[in-house]
Amino acid sequence: MLASPKLLCGTFSAPARTSRCARLLALAAVIATAGCLKEKSDDKPVTAAVSSAASSATGLPTIAAAATTADDGQWLMPQKDYANSRYSSLAQITPDNAKNLKLAFTFSTGVLRGHEAPPLVVGSTMYIVTPFPNYLYALDLTKPGAPMKWRYDPRADMSSQGVACCDVVNRGAVYFDNKIIYNTLDGHTVAVDANDGHEVWNTKVGNINLGESMTMAPLVAKGKVFVGNSGGEFGVRGWLTALDAGSGKIAWRAYSTGPDTDVLIGSRFKPFYAQDQGKDLGVKSWPGDAWRTGGGTVWGWLAYDPELDLLYYGTGNPGPWNPEQRPGDNKFSSGIFARDPDDGQAVWYYQWSFHDMFDYDGINEQTLLDMQMGGKTRKVLVRAERNGYVYVMDRTSGEVLSATPFGFVNTSTGVDLKTGRLMYAMDKAPQMGKVVRDVCPSSPGMKDWQPSAYSPRTGLLYLPHQNLCMDHEAVEASYIAGTPYVGMISKFFAGPGGKRGVYQAWDVVNRKEKWSIQEEFPVWSGTLATAGDVVFYGTMDGWFKAVDARNGTVLWSFKTGSGIIGQPITYRGPDGKQYVAIESGVGGWSGAIVAGNIDPRDSTAALGFVNAMKDLPKASTKGGMLYVFTL
Amino acid sequence: MSSRSDHALGSGAERMLLAIPLVALAAAAAWGRPATRELHAATVATAADTAASDLGVLQWAISARPGERLLRVCADPNNMPFSNRAGEGFENKLAELVAGEMHADLQYTWWAQRRGFIRNTLKAESCDVVMGAPTSFELVAATRPYYRSTYVFVTRADAPFRIGSFDDPVLKRLRIGVQIIGDDYANTPPAHALSNRGMTGNVRGYTVYGDYSEPNPPARIIDAVAKGDIDVAVVWGPLGGWFAQHEPVKLRVVPVSPQIELPYLPFVFDISMGVRRQDLALRDTLDAILARRRAGVDSILKEYGVPRVERPAVPNVR
Repeated sequence: MLASPKLLCGTFSAPARTSRCARLLALAAVIATAGCLKEKSDDKPVTAAVSSAASSATGLPTIAAAATTADDGQWLMPQKDYANSRYSSLAQITPDNAKNLKLAFTFSTGVLRGHEAPPLVVGSTMYIVTPFPNYLYALDLTKPGAPMKWRYDPRADMSSQGVACCDVVNRGAVYFDNKIIYNTLDGHTVAVDANDGHEVWNTKVGNINLGESMTMAPLVAKGKVFVGNSGGEFGVRGWLTALDAGSGKIAWRAYSTGPDTDVLIGSRFKPFYAQDQGKDLGVKSWPGDAWRTGGGTVWGWLAYDPELDLLYYGTGNPGPWNPEQRPGDNKFSSGIFARDPDDGQAVWYYQWSFHDMFDYDGINEQTLLDMQMGGKTRKVLVRAERNGYVYVMDRTSGEVLSATPFGFVNTSTGVDLKTGRLMYAMDKAPQMGKVVRDVCPSSPGMKDWQPSAYSPRTGLLYLPHQNLCMDHEAVEASYIAGTPYVGMISKFFAGPGGKRGVYQAWDVVNRKEKWSIQEEFPVWSGTLATAGDVVFYGTMDGWFKAVDARNGTVLWSFKTGSGIIGQPITYRGPDGKQYVAIESGVGGWSGAIVAGNIDPRDSTAALGFVNAMKDLPKASTKGGMLYVFTL
Repeated sequence: MSSRSDHALGSGAERMLLAIPLVALAAAAAWGRPATRELHAATVATAADTAASDLGVLQWAISARPGERLLRVCADPNNMPFSNRAGEGFENKLAELVAGEMHADLQYTWWAQRRGFIRNTLKAESCDVVMGAPTSFELVAATRPYYRSTYVFVTRADAPFRIGSFDDPVLKRLRIGVQIIGDDYANTPPAHALSNRGMTGNVRGYTVYGDYSEPNPPARIIDAVAKGDIDVAVVWGPLGGWFAQHEPVKLRVVPVSPQIELPYLPFVFDISMGVRRQDLALRDTLDAILARRRAGVDSILKEYGVPRVERPAVPNVR
């Protein structure tokens, strides 16, 4: 357990600290209360305030105008719009009537692994992509019970199950030009005719035999499909690849490591900070040729600003070397790129976690907002990062305007806004043969892939995330491919307060929590914001919840058959009514204990996550099922 | 933890004393322990009394359908010198030896020996034994070790240097290959030994996973020595020992020293067969066979060039 008041209160931002301390004190009365209270009064926020954003704000941040669309009641991409708002202007469901939500129809996917994808709704058809074997279903929304129109089977390589990290999830499909486009675990991008389910093109972009899998949702912009790979654990070198949306032909590929020519860095590349400037950093910030297997995979969320014509995405952690064996910043892992979608040329890059030591993948979603700061409108991107900070960045330049902890962080003390450097706390660095305790946040970070939503009506970013810390230690012997070694093992456990999940409404302008709901299990689902001022999310023990967007009151909840790690969406049905849809089906990294039938005694399984999830098998069993609700 | 105490009961040299299993048998009866435990104790007692008897009979009474004799082995179909689908590895040969002793048919469940291997094979109960695993591997109940090997330096035989220690200053001038695993920032012991000595820039990593479409993916590092891409590879003994015999050029294989680096970085590991934690009767059957066929086991290991540090520190049951 965390036992030191300094540890608990030391680096947390002032507004949130009070409630954390209060919760913790309730939990462990022996902790010296004076320590908490005293530190609160004289502690300085770790990150400097930028301008006078809070006081001079004349209005709430808006979703970047060019990156959103007039909402026609469909849901064509997982992010809802290029800005990643996951905000719908549909408003039939309100805090007053949400209690009347009723089940409209369900659909079993026939797949038992973790369901992380959102459904899509195009016209009067709903599309569902499943975890491996990555079926695509089309459901007819015009008929009672939404019967299946067709099923497409990409015939993915069965061996990909054995080599994919974590779970065999898929994070969603995208609609473009009468095609449903998505990635298969075995490294293919496929385009399927939205009307009849026939395969239009199928391009092999990754090599499953190298451990390269694909789980992310593509983004389509300017006639190109952008996809990335997974598998940093296997020594995969990360990339983002652009395919022609019409033909599936590969247009360009930008690696995350290696010489500038491979990373597509040229004369347009102008990173804001010195740490990210220089020639061939993708080689020079690694020893020898460690960059060749350096990770930096691209398995998270993309955003696109049509006005600036920039594509944004994050890169995964460096790997598979132990940190001591890869001295240097390990560019361009655990950072964010802004690129020209036409030729892939990098415009800027910023590294969240240089020389990552904690598995802090940098792949989370970035939300594109326009925000009043210091009397003028700034084009920003807001990013709740694995390392525990909500970054507000100038998306034209890559400048960090603020970086504020949104939970308890002790692996770093803040972000130096002058240099852009994360300020690591070296006493938490993992080291072979050394036991390091109470490392917060744990490897999945304060927040993992599970995407947030932003409501321009409340100015709040709705953040589903986890509250987990970890211990690092060596185990006696592990064994891979006939090779024995001493494993470094992490065991995750609940962070301060004792609850493993948080659904948090984050005030973007004032950089503090507005309200939050504590959950027993990590909140591993995505979330949805609506103009009816109702937000939705799901829990790993199977509850789908409608919450008042302004104050966090739970308005309605429904117990689904399995735990929820999917992404809720809303749409206008053919009957004109507003519907809300979610896939239930526990799994993923956090839910591997259920989806992978892991023995709860293997506390270090799923890279340490099982230790924190021993009670999940009692709370949820497997099962992939779509649930759709309406008033 | 229960699994731990089971393991402790079943391992260690004391267990070889006839008195211990008999005490366990008596205790099990007195305390009303589950049937498997009684059978486990009874099996060991029988083994000690009549070493040449057919131990399989007792085993099949508890883990297979009546009348069916099947040794179900979980193995990688593409990882020489350990195993492959053609049955050419030393673990294949050991499986044949054990099946013969049990008068059982041999059946394989093939699965790449990567993360999830135990979960998808042994724990999924599609097979009952893995032929090789570190003795202290938490995921299985291990037999007594049947060999102990070491990480080795592999160089070309015509190389102008002979390296036996991580502290040899010549290493700093060489291109060194090690295998990388990337399991939450842990890697093979040589990778850590080199970073502990500040050697990073001259170290090349070969993922132990390799390209699974090629034969024996972990072996690329040995190919690299033979081709001269690197000067020295530091690999687990059996891999080095076998491929040193089979590369087109002659290779030299030298055990590393030290054998263990403080605080906790061993280069020498005991290897056992492994079964599900609860299948202690099968584990004991295997132990008895390994003891009885010690010479046959050694002969197979020798044939495959497995570098041995010393005989496992466990007395022969006979």
